[in-house]
Amino acid sequence: RRDVLVLTPWLAPIVWEGTFNRDILNAQYKQKNLVTGVVTFALKTYWFFIEGFMSSANKYFLAGHQVNFYLFTDNPEHISHLQMAPENQLFVIPVWNHSQWQDISISHMGIISRYIRSQFQYEVDYLYSIDINVQLFEHIGVEIIDTLVGTISSWQYTTRRERKSYETRTESQAAIPKGEGDFYYTAGFYGGSVAEVYKLTRACFKGVMKDRENGIEARWHDESHLNRYLLYHKPTRLLSPEYYWDEEL
Amino acid sequence: ILGNGKVHYLPYYLPCPKIFSMKLQYTEEKLIQLFPQLFYQQPRVLAPKRQDVLTVTPWLAPIVWEGTFNSEILDSAYRPLNLTIGVTAFAIGKYTRFVGHFLESAEKHFMKGYRVNYYIFTDNPETIPDVQLQPGRRFVVVPIKKYPSWQEISMRRMEAINKHIAETSHQEVDYLFCLDIDMVFYNAWGPETLGDIVAAIHPGYFNVPRSQFPYERRSSSAAYIPDGTGDFYYGGAVFGGLVKKVYEFTKACHMTILTDKANGIMAAWQEESHLNRHFLSHKPSKVLSPEYLWDDRKPKPPEIHLIRFSTVAKNYKEIRN
Repeated sequence: RRDVLVLTPWLAPIVWEGTFNRDILNAQYKQKNLVTGVVTFALKTYWFFIEGFMSSANKYFLAGHQVNFYLFTDNPEHISHLQMAPENQLFVIPVWNHSQWQDISISHMGIISRYIRSQFQYEVDYLYSIDINVQLFEHIGVEIIDTLVGTISSWQYTTRRERKSYETRTESQAAIPKGEGDFYYTAGFYGGSVAEVYKLTRACFKGVMKDRENGIEARWHDESHLNRYLLYHKPTRLLSPEYYWDEEL
Repeated sequence: ILGNGKVHYLPYYLPCPKIFSMKLQYTEEKLIQLFPQLFYQQPRVLAPKRQDVLTVTPWLAPIVWEGTFNSEILDSAYRPLNLTIGVTAFAIGKYTRFVGHFLESAEKHFMKGYRVNYYIFTDNPETIPDVQLQPGRRFVVVPIKKYPSWQEISMRRMEAINKHIAETSHQEVDYLFCLDIDMVFYNAWGPETLGDIVAAIHPGYFNVPRSQFPYERRSSSAAYIPDGTGDFYYGGAVFGGLVKKVYEFTKACHMTILTDKANGIMAAWQEESHLNRHFLSHKPSKVLSPEYLWDDRKPKPPEIHLIRFSTVAKNYKEIRN
């Protein structure tokens, strides 16, 4: 791939189709006997996406490797019998209902960090948070596995940093000062080692809570906090917009 | 059944049980905590700085070329970790004449602003010149015995480095680079080179198909690499990484070297062949471009923007005698 950036200025690879050989990576991953977790939320009307997400992810996400799916939902009754691949497991975790959409998205980080501490850290080595309203059409494999991974948003990968959707109001914990910013990362797909994801979700949640105390709400909620975190704790690997392509584009 | 006719071997049948049974206590790995606030040009997703060369391996390890990294960003993240970088270099027999120039140039260009320990392995400690070092940097002379042939000397490096890590440096350094002494630094060599397992592409073979790589091609050797396989041809003059990884890797290479000895065969390019064999099955986590391992006798091609570390012209016949 000569047309795109495949390495960040801090030497983290940016994963695009054509840059890697999945067979080599599979061989390396298999040697280490790892378990990867996927965390996703299906709250309120989002229960509708469960079937589509789970059947495609079960088929295409790290196929052939052990994956634990953690599905947070306020509608556990809506889970029809989902057939899981033999290496995969599905854990349905019921959660409280929130009145506002904002409220729902804001507490994701808090929920994830809490569950990592109490449960996930003992069950998985790597953990990825993926939006439920996506369907996988192609294999997503072990090329995504690294210590701290962010995905470049398909909306903003060409814009200049001044025009990216960073939070700019300095009163918010998610604020990114003018003249700074590497990429705009999407909150729809991020992850890494369970320890790093814990640090990330905890830091973002603290930012969210602090903002709430100060009566401010970041422009793109969780995603604004994520972007600030990943500016000062740079990812060790980036996924190209191929990995989270918004159909609306 | 001596593989090479002219070369005579010292019989050495048993691996060193003393080293191989040691359990080392390494200092805890220092990981990057934070990238401090810094102002720099925005990276552009559709505008890669280097379009003329491969900058990522198929197993997603970076290949470090000028233009692919920002030293300021890397320094800002690595300097606060208070790392100590070790360097091993072997100056045996007449090779001690290279030490002065090597160290002087390293003081100018190698890991500036970091703590550095130079470990100079030599059979002739009195001939090592006293070089003025910057603060935070020191050099240690490691006496070793001299073997009769230059090939033997070259191949014993793996064992010597391994032994030295076990006895000394595993507690003293975080990262270790093993470099040839008959070389000089011409440009910056910084934290862009740090990684778990680091290898460098040989300057003579970065532009040729792998069928032409001088891998060991005899299947009776433990360094054998069959036709149609191989990623790169790595140079034996530069390798490194976390001290723990260098320990494992030098041990593995020494074992395969001993295996060949027991079978009366010597690999085509001595320990470089074994290094290549090892890196084929245990791929490096970072690869350095030939900027980091150049040969001054070669004309500089357009892909090489900067020569950082290169050979010193010498008369091989005279010096290896």
